[in-house]
Amino acid sequence: MTPFLPPEWLPVIFAGLMGLSILLYVILDGYDLGVGMLSRLATDHDRDLMVASIGPFWDANETWLVLGIGLLLVAFPVAHGEILTQLYIPVALMLVGLILRGVAFEFRAKAEPINKHYWDNAFFGGSLLTALCQGYMLGAYVLGFDQSLAAVLFCLLAAAGLAVGYIFVGACWLIYKVEGELQRRAARWAEVTLWLTALAMAVISIATPLLSERIFDRWFRLPEFIALLPIPLAAAALFVGLAIFLRRPQRVDDALSWVPLAVAGILFALGFIGIAYSFYPYLIADRLDIWQAAASPEALSIILIGTIFVLPVILGYSLLAHWIFRGKATQLSYY
Amino acid sequence: MDGLDPLMLARIQFAANISFHILFPTITIALGWALLGFKIAYNRTGNEAWMDAYKLWVKVFALSFAMGVVSGITMSFQFGTNWPGFMERVGNIAGPLLAYEVLTAFFLEAVFLGIMLFGFRRVPGWVHTLATFLVAAGTTLSAFWIIVLNSWMHTPVGYEIRDGVAHATNWGAIIFNPSMPYRLMHMLLASALTVAFLLAGISAWRWLRDGGGDGVRRALKTGVYAAALLIPVQIFVGDLHGLKTLEHQPAKIAAMEANWETRGQVPLVLFALPDEATRSNKFEIAVPNGASLILKHEADGVVPGLNDFKGEHPPVAPVFWGFRIMVGIGVLMLLVAWTGAWLIRRRGVDGLPRWYAYALVAMTFSGWVATLAGWYVTEIGRQPWLVTGILRTGEAAGPVGATMIAGSLTLYLAVYVVLLAAYIAVLYRLARLGSHAPQGKPMFPLPGVAEGPARGQSEPLVEARA
Ligand code: HDD
Ligand code: HEM
Ligand code: HEM
Repeated sequence: MTPFLPPEWLPVIFAGLMGLSILLYVILDGYDLGVGMLSRLATDHDRDLMVASIGPFWDANETWLVLGIGLLLVAFPVAHGEILTQLYIPVALMLVGLILRGVAFEFRAKAEPINKHYWDNAFFGGSLLTALCQGYMLGAYVLGFDQSLAAVLFCLLAAAGLAVGYIFVGACWLIYKVEGELQRRAARWAEVTLWLTALAMAVISIATPLLSERIFDRWFRLPEFIALLPIPLAAAALFVGLAIFLRRPQRVDDALSWVPLAVAGILFALGFIGIAYSFYPYLIADRLDIWQAAASPEALSIILIGTIFVLPVILGYSLLAHWIFRGKATQLSYY
Repeated sequence: MDGLDPLMLARIQFAANISFHILFPTITIALGWALLGFKIAYNRTGNEAWMDAYKLWVKVFALSFAMGVVSGITMSFQFGTNWPGFMERVGNIAGPLLAYEVLTAFFLEAVFLGIMLFGFRRVPGWVHTLATFLVAAGTTLSAFWIIVLNSWMHTPVGYEIRDGVAHATNWGAIIFNPSMPYRLMHMLLASALTVAFLLAGISAWRWLRDGGGDGVRRALKTGVYAAALLIPVQIFVGDLHGLKTLEHQPAKIAAMEANWETRGQVPLVLFALPDEATRSNKFEIAVPNGASLILKHEADGVVPGLNDFKGEHPPVAPVFWGFRIMVGIGVLMLLVAWTGAWLIRRRGVDGLPRWYAYALVAMTFSGWVATLAGWYVTEIGRQPWLVTGILRTGEAAGPVGATMIAGSLTLYLAVYVVLLAAYIAVLYRLARLGSHAPQGKPMFPLPGVAEGPARGQSEPLVEARA
């Protein structure tokens, strides 16, 4: 198999694909992790409904993580080894979190009723642990795995920040998927976490350039600075706009209940673009770039062929599943 | 070597994770097809018994699938956290294979799983059947890709080494590497047998309790007949598999047979305690010329022995014993399945003697044991290589220290023990409740449809909306 593209393009394409799947993962699994964390605040009855709202989707959502990490593994094997050995502990804890919440979905409904609350706890605790670990990993990654005390504090902040961000998307998902009193509560949850999310994004955006001269230069050089200005401005506008939107009384027909979710998705995408722009073309801050880390062009070409055909199909049937389970969440049944 | 050697710990951790993971694919691969079968049988005959069977086993499927997914996600991180050397050396071959698994199989099964499980009332019947088919096909496809990779690690072909890194030269040869067809067949059959005995065992347990319903009898019969049909095929394929291994990995066969010396007239060792220190067997009980006959089809056939591979062969005892456990269970399966098929033909399910039903109950998880034993033979038998002739296990290990691995290993083991216990407990609970078991997800009773306990059963169903 010979490469059918100039070989130096391939790593760029794969970095893009990897970024896309990680972004999709963060938004999609973000909402179901967020719902998991919010489940603690709900009554038994509401909790069942919240779980039902993500039941048909969570498995496919997590598959984007498998794809993202898989692309890192197959396209940039060296970086994959280095990043994951550095993040050994948070990865192990995150996996335990993912295991607990994934199986709690099933067990909470199938185990002896007196044990149900254990699985509810596992569902909440697993979701929280997963979100915190991912945030911690994000922080550690941004800092290039610095181990100093200040760095650890920053990572803890990032952990809390991402967890809040997930709760925010989760609340927006609930606004879209439920109705009545629970929907009103979800709107309140979204309102509170909206500002916390904005704060977290602001802190990370300010800290990153201060920590790296290269990143500082990328942002605050002219004319780039002007070209980039729309990103923070758009984010700020969306935050304010959404806050106003959340305060307005619910429409009778509930036709706009998808808006907060869409805005949350765009906000995550903007944050993601910011981080990606800061880092590109490095996979590990200032040390390893995508060309140094890439697998052989032959291997990348053969994966790319498959990806070109399969990715649209995957997106297509994911949309189909969301369409089939469209509308407000109701009881789920196997038959 | 002290117990806290990081390499040893990483190996134990990998073995623990993959052993836990494989339990659930072994069930989901074949159970998906069984559910499709139940559904189609119901569609064609309209017989409620098939639907009853479907209703119970779809829940087992959902639970097993969730366990398979979460433990599988753990697996995909293992390569980076514990075996960075693996992808650095053979990533150009392993990478595309893993990528194709995710792209073609994982998304297929994950997306259509939602429709299969919860779409019953939301989509037309044929769409639901199609979704069931796609999920079953997805699990099988995923087994295909991962077995291709695993088999390539045993019998690598179609590559060249440049600058110490493996590069693919012939993808056709890589995918259809010499051991792949045998390992794939053997694994798919192992999955089918595991499910057959699970169906039969759980149904027999239910039947012993209160006779079950028509669905229980139907599942019992399906399980026993399927096992009776498949086990001879499995033994045949296993034999071919072993002959292929003799060609490509003679050291593994020597360890499986605990044959310390290359010679003719090698006996078939039935029992022994292989001793690496003296390089001989203690307390050997053997059939004269047996191994020569099986492997070379003549009493004088020369069978390679471990002396040819001194210092380069796998540890003997685990391979030897793993193989005997697997084959022993295989023979037992043959006995039980054929007896059962004969009894059911003669007297029907309700005429089965109780001792036979107890035998089926005892065999419920025999497929798991044989499958694990088989994988241990295969994988330990490959040592000291991770990829035969290309990469040694020790070279692939990462820089992570012993304490960290010991910590993560303890954590995983604790989680696995709890989950396995919960899984088995829930399996029996679902079986006890039968097709009236609580629905998998929140149930808000539909107007006028009260979720009641199964007939003839006293347990109050508090989980009407569990
Ligand atoms: C013979 C079959 C087989 C074997 C040897 C393995 N798997 Fe597996 N795996 C499956 C058969 C399977 C499956 C049947 O496709 C599963 C089980 C249940 C399920 O959901 O899919 C699955 C699930 C599964 C998932 C979750 C997929 C999802 O999100 O839907 C991942 C990431 C992996 N596996 C990864 C691995 C890795 C890295 C392995 C080896 C080192 C491995 N599996 C061995
Ligand atoms: C699914 C069933 C499998 C089981 C039960 C299994 C079991 C094992 C066991 C017990 C070991 C440890 C051997 C030893 O340390 O002596 C091992 C090693 C290993 N296997 Fe497998 N394996 C399976 C499938 C796979 C697959 C599909 C792959 C690759 C894609 C794989 C890759 C490895 C690697 C990388 C090691 C090295 C670590 C080690 O030596 O412990 N295995 N496996
Ligand atoms: C009774 C006759 C059987 C024979 C002669 C046999 C033979 C073999 C051999 C030779 C291997 C090792 C192949 C290698 O690594 O090169 C193997 C592996 C294996 N066996 Fe069996 N087997 C038998 C029964 C069973 C049964 C009943 C099951 C499960 C229900 C089973 C499941 C497995 C599995 C999962 C593996 C590991 C994967 C593989 O390499 O295929 N086997 N078997």
